[in-house]
Amino acid sequence: MSTPAGMGPSGWRGARRLAGVRRAFAPVAEARGLTRSMLWLGCAITLVFVAIALFAPVVAPYDFDTFEADGSRFAQLEAPSWDHPMGTNVQSTDVLSRIIWGTRTELKVVLVSLLFSISIGVPLGLLSGYFGGKLDRLLVLFMDALFVFPFLLLAIVIAFLLADRVGQGILTAAIAITAVYIPLYFRVVRNHTISIREEPFVEAARALGARPFTIIRKYVFFNVVQNVPPLATLNAADAILTLAALGFLGYGIQPTQGAEWGYDVNRAVSDAASGIWWTGLFPGLAIVLLVVGLTLVGEGLSETMNPVLRKRPTGTVDFSSDSGSEAAGS
Amino acid sequence: MTAAPVVSVRGLRVYYGTLRGTVRAVDGVSLDIGAGEVLGLVGESGCGKSTLGRGILGLLPDGAASKGDVIYGGRNLVGMSEKDLRRLRGPDLGLIFQEPMTRLDPLMRIEDQFQETLEQHEPGLSAREVRKRSLETLGRMGIPPTRFRQYPHEFSGGMRQRIMIALALVLRPKLLIADEPTTSLDVIVEAQILRILADLRRNFDTALLLITHNLGIVAEACDRVAVMYAGKIVEEGLAGDVFAEPAHPYTRELLRSTISLDTKELHSIPGAPPNLITPPPGCRFHPRCPDAMAVCPTKEPVEQHLAHERRVFCWLRGPEQAIPAGGTSPLEREEIAVAEEA
Amino acid sequence: MQRKPELAGGHASPSAHDSALVSIRGLKTYYSIRGSFAQRLIGREAGHVKAVDDVSLDLGRGEVLGLVGESGSGKTTLGRTLLGLVPATEGSVVFDGREIVGLRDRDLRELRRKMQVVFQDPHASLNPAMTIEQSVGHPLEIHKIGTSDERRRRVAETLDTVGLSPPEQFMVKYPSDLSGGQKQRAVIARAIILNPVLLVADEPVSMLDMSVRAKILELMLELKREFDLTYLYITHDLATAKFFCDRIAIMYLGRIVEIGPSRAIYENPRHPYTKALLRAIPEPDPRRKVPRDLPRGEVPDAARPPLGCSFHPRCGQAFEVCGWETRDLRDLLEQRWAHQVEEQYEAERALFDDISVLDSSAVHARLRTGRGVPGAALAGLLGSIRDENPSEPFWTGVEQVATETDAVDIRWREPLSPRATGVGDVQVECHLYDDAALEEAARRREEGSPHTTVGGTGTPTRQGAPEGSA
Repeated sequence: MSTPAGMGPSGWRGARRLAGVRRAFAPVAEARGLTRSMLWLGCAITLVFVAIALFAPVVAPYDFDTFEADGSRFAQLEAPSWDHPMGTNVQSTDVLSRIIWGTRTELKVVLVSLLFSISIGVPLGLLSGYFGGKLDRLLVLFMDALFVFPFLLLAIVIAFLLADRVGQGILTAAIAITAVYIPLYFRVVRNHTISIREEPFVEAARALGARPFTIIRKYVFFNVVQNVPPLATLNAADAILTLAALGFLGYGIQPTQGAEWGYDVNRAVSDAASGIWWTGLFPGLAIVLLVVGLTLVGEGLSETMNPVLRKRPTGTVDFSSDSGSEAAGS
Repeated sequence: MTAAPVVSVRGLRVYYGTLRGTVRAVDGVSLDIGAGEVLGLVGESGCGKSTLGRGILGLLPDGAASKGDVIYGGRNLVGMSEKDLRRLRGPDLGLIFQEPMTRLDPLMRIEDQFQETLEQHEPGLSAREVRKRSLETLGRMGIPPTRFRQYPHEFSGGMRQRIMIALALVLRPKLLIADEPTTSLDVIVEAQILRILADLRRNFDTALLLITHNLGIVAEACDRVAVMYAGKIVEEGLAGDVFAEPAHPYTRELLRSTISLDTKELHSIPGAPPNLITPPPGCRFHPRCPDAMAVCPTKEPVEQHLAHERRVFCWLRGPEQAIPAGGTSPLEREEIAVAEEA
Repeated sequence: MQRKPELAGGHASPSAHDSALVSIRGLKTYYSIRGSFAQRLIGREAGHVKAVDDVSLDLGRGEVLGLVGESGSGKTTLGRTLLGLVPATEGSVVFDGREIVGLRDRDLRELRRKMQVVFQDPHASLNPAMTIEQSVGHPLEIHKIGTSDERRRRVAETLDTVGLSPPEQFMVKYPSDLSGGQKQRAVIARAIILNPVLLVADEPVSMLDMSVRAKILELMLELKREFDLTYLYITHDLATAKFFCDRIAIMYLGRIVEIGPSRAIYENPRHPYTKALLRAIPEPDPRRKVPRDLPRGEVPDAARPPLGCSFHPRCGQAFEVCGWETRDLRDLLEQRWAHQVEEQYEAERALFDDISVLDSSAVHARLRTGRGVPGAALAGLLGSIRDENPSEPFWTGVEQVATETDAVDIRWREPLSPRATGVGDVQVECHLYDDAALEEAARRREEGSPHTTVGGTGTPTRQGAPEGSA
C-alpha cells in the first residue's frame, strides 16, 4: 500500500482550496462569444473604477472639498478648462476630484453593504432551508415583509433612524442598503438549500453520521454559494443606484463626510436650467458607467455559472478527419 | 427485406463540436428499416445510439452537425431545411421519449393535446373525426374514453407513456423512433408497453426503431437488431440469429455480461468504451476484444455479409484477402486496469 | 470470474431469533400527504401513505437478503427506516441488540458507524464540491478517527480495496471526472471505510451499464467475504437479486407478500405477484417473445390501497374473499370501453348516470341509471358483460345485484386481509395458501345467490404442493 507522496499537510490544504475556487469559476474561463465580451468589458470598466478608488489620493488633483489652491479660491461654476478638466461646481470644488473621491465612497459603501447582507442573508437562508419548520416559516414571513416594502422607502427609513445614533456616514448608508438586500440573499440561498437538501449526497452524509451543521457546512454550503457571486455583482450595481438615490434625496452621506455622486447630481439640478451642464453630466455619467460595468459582470457571471441559463460551449465540427469506410457514399 | 425500406440511412455521421475537439458520436452508419418492422438498436450508454435516432429525424442539439444520407420517401433528410423537416415530423416521422411526463403539457387535457396535434398536421379533419381518431388510438393503448378529459398528472407513469405513444401514432407516422421508451417504468408495465410496441407492426404498419440498452427487450420485441459500439454499427441481423449466435465479439461479450435469470457466473468486458474524440484506430473494439488480432488496430474492418441478410464488421469474419500477412496472429497488449471502466 | 455463492440449506433463514443482526417486527412507516392549498390552510392533513405497512423480518449475520419490488412498493422506505433516516410510525427495529425506533439523533449517529448505505444514483451520491479523498475520508473525520495522515492512508487503502488504483490518481479527482462505475466504487469505499457490519445497497447497479454491473456486483461479493458484511440488497431487478441473494423478500404496496430462500422463490414462486414479476423480465433469449398473460394495470396509489389483498385487482387467480369492491367494477367497465368503437361506448355509457360513485372504495354501491333508462337495462348490461367472460375473477366477489327501477344495487363480499402462511420454507401472504380463507370462500360460494354463481374459475384449492419449476 503506497501513500501518495507529495505536499505536506499545510501546503496541501491551501492548494486544495485554491483548486476548489478555480473549479467553481471554471465555466467563466470557458465562456465564449457575447457572454465573454460582456464579462471582459464589464470587468474592465469595474476595474478602472476600483483602480481610481484605490489610488484616489494620487489621481485626484484636489481633495473632495478643496475650493482653493495656492491661496486663491476657484471660480464658481467654471466651465471645463485645463485647470479643472470637468469644471467646478457652485461651491467652487473641482468636479473631477469629487468624482474620483466619490468613486471611493460608492465602492466603500457597496462593499460594506454586500459584506453585511451576504454574511447575514446567506447563513439565515442555509439554516432556514435546511431545518425548515417553524423557524423557516417565521423567517420567510419576515423576509417577505421586508421584500414587499418599497426598497427606497425602507432604506430611507433606516437611514433616518440611524442618522441620530451613528451619524450620516458611510456606515449608515451601508446598513440602510444592507437591509434592502438581505431578503434577496436569503431567498436565493434558502431555495437552493431546499433543493440540495433532497440530494442523495446529503442523505448519504446523514447516513454517515454527520451532524446537521457539518452537513450544512461541508455538503450544502459549497453547492449553494456558487449562486452568490452573480447575485452579489448584480446587487452591487443596484446598490450604487440606491446609494445615489439616497444621496439625491438628501438621506445619504453628508457632504462633510465625503463626495457622493447622487448628492452632486442633486446639487446640479438647478444648474442645468441655466445651461451649466458639466456639474450634472459627469457625476451622472460616472453612475451610469459603474452600474453598466457591474451589471455586465453580473449578467456574464450568471449566464456562465447558472446551469439553467448556461449553454454548453461548443466547438466547430470537423468532418474532414478519416472516418468510416462507408462515409458519404450512397 | 422484401419491400423497399421506409427509411434508408447511408453513411450517416453526426459529430458534436466541443472545446476539446470533435466528438464522433455517430460515425458512418448505414441501415434500413422496412414497413411494419421493428429494428432494435442496442449499445451501452455513450455509444451514440440516441444521437443516431435523433440524427435520423434531423433533431440535433447546438454544436452538432450531420453528414451522409437519410433517404425517406425519395428525399434526403440530411440538409433539408428545418421548415420542411418540421412538416414531416408528426405525420411521417414520430419520436417517443424516455420520460413521458416532461413531454406532455401539464396544463392541457388529454383531449386538447390530441386535438391540437391533429389540427396542426391534418387541418381538414372535423371535430367528430378528431375525437373518433383520438379515442380509437387511445383505446388501442388501453386508455378508456372515460379518461379522455383528464390532465396528465391524473395518470400513472405507464399510462402516460401509453398516451405519448398514442399521441405519436394518431398521426399514423410511417417511421417511429422510440428512445428507451420503458426505462423509467416498472418491469410489468414495461412488458405491457413492449407488447403494445411489438404489436404496432400488425395494427399500424409502422416502421419502428427501438433504441434500448436492454438486450432482453430487443430479443423479445424486435425483428432485427443492430448492435452499436463507439459510434459504429458492429453487427446487424435477425434478432433470433444474432442472439443465438453472435458474430461479433462485442455482441457476444455484451450478451455474456447481461445478468439474466439464467446467469450462473458473472462476466464483464474489461476496460471502458473509448472517448469518441480520439477513438482507437482500426476496429474501435480492439482494445477490449478478447479475440483481437494483429490486423485489428491497423485497419478498419470491412462489412461482411453472412446468411439471412446479416452483416458484421469484424476481421474474424474476413475478408481474408484483405488481411495482411501475419495479421491473424493474436494481438499483444498491456493488461487493462480494473478501474478503467465505464 | 465470480461464481454464484452456493446456497447451502443451513443459512436459508436464521433459525434462532438472537442470531439475527437485524430484527424487524410489525414495522410501519407512514408518510402524511400534503393536501391541497385549501386543506393546508385549514390545517387538515389529506391522509397518509402506508409506505411500509406491518413488516416483520429477520436479517441474519453474514446474510444477503434481497428486498425486491416495483416502484411504490415501499422497499426503499423500509431500507431507510432500518437506517433510521426516516422515522418509523410504529413497530420495532432491533439492530445488533439495540432498538433503533425512537432513538435520539445523537445515539443514531454513533450507530451509523456500523450500518452504511449505497444509493442508486452514483452521480448524485457524492458531493460535487468535494474531491474523492475528501468524500471517502469524511466518515473518518465525522467520527474523529485517526490523524489526518492516518486518514489519508486509510482512504488510499480503501480506494485500493474497491479497485480504484492507483489511489493517488483518484484521490485528487472530483466526482464529475469519474465514470458511473468508478463513482459507485468510490461510494462503496465511503460506505466500508468505517468497517460497518451492515450495508444497505439500494439499487446499487441499476443505473450502470450492463458491462459494468457485473463488476460492481463482483466487488460487493468480494467485500462481503473480506469484511464479513451483511447486505440488504434493495432492487427491482429479480435477475441480479437471484444471483446475489441468499434470501428474497418480495414487496408489494408496503407489505412483504412472499419471503424465502432464493432457490425456492425462483424455482417455485408461490405468490401470483412473484410469478408475474418473474414472467415479465425481458430475457435475452431469442426463443422468448413478449409475454401476454401479464397482470393488468399498474401498482395502485398507496394512499388509497385496494381492499383485502392489495394485489387482487391485477391477480388472475383472485377469488371470493380477496377484496373485490367498487373500484374494480370501474376498472372492468373502463377496460371494456377502451376497446370498443365510439358509438358502442357512448351507448353503454348512456345507461349509467354518474360512474364516479365507484371511485370511493366500498363493498356496496348504488349505481343510478342514466336519464330514462330502466334499472333492468343496466343490470342486463352487467349480466352480458359477465356472460362474455365468465372466468373474469371479478365476478366471484359480487355477492348480490339487486335491480331497482332507476338503479342497480351491487354488494360485494366482505374482504379478508391475507395472512402470512408458511408453505415449505417460504412465507406467503396470499389467500390461495390459507386454508381458512379457502374454506370461507367455499362457504360463501355455497350461500351465494343464483345471480352470482361463478363460472370458469373453478374451485381454488390450497396450493401447497410444489408445482415444479415455473
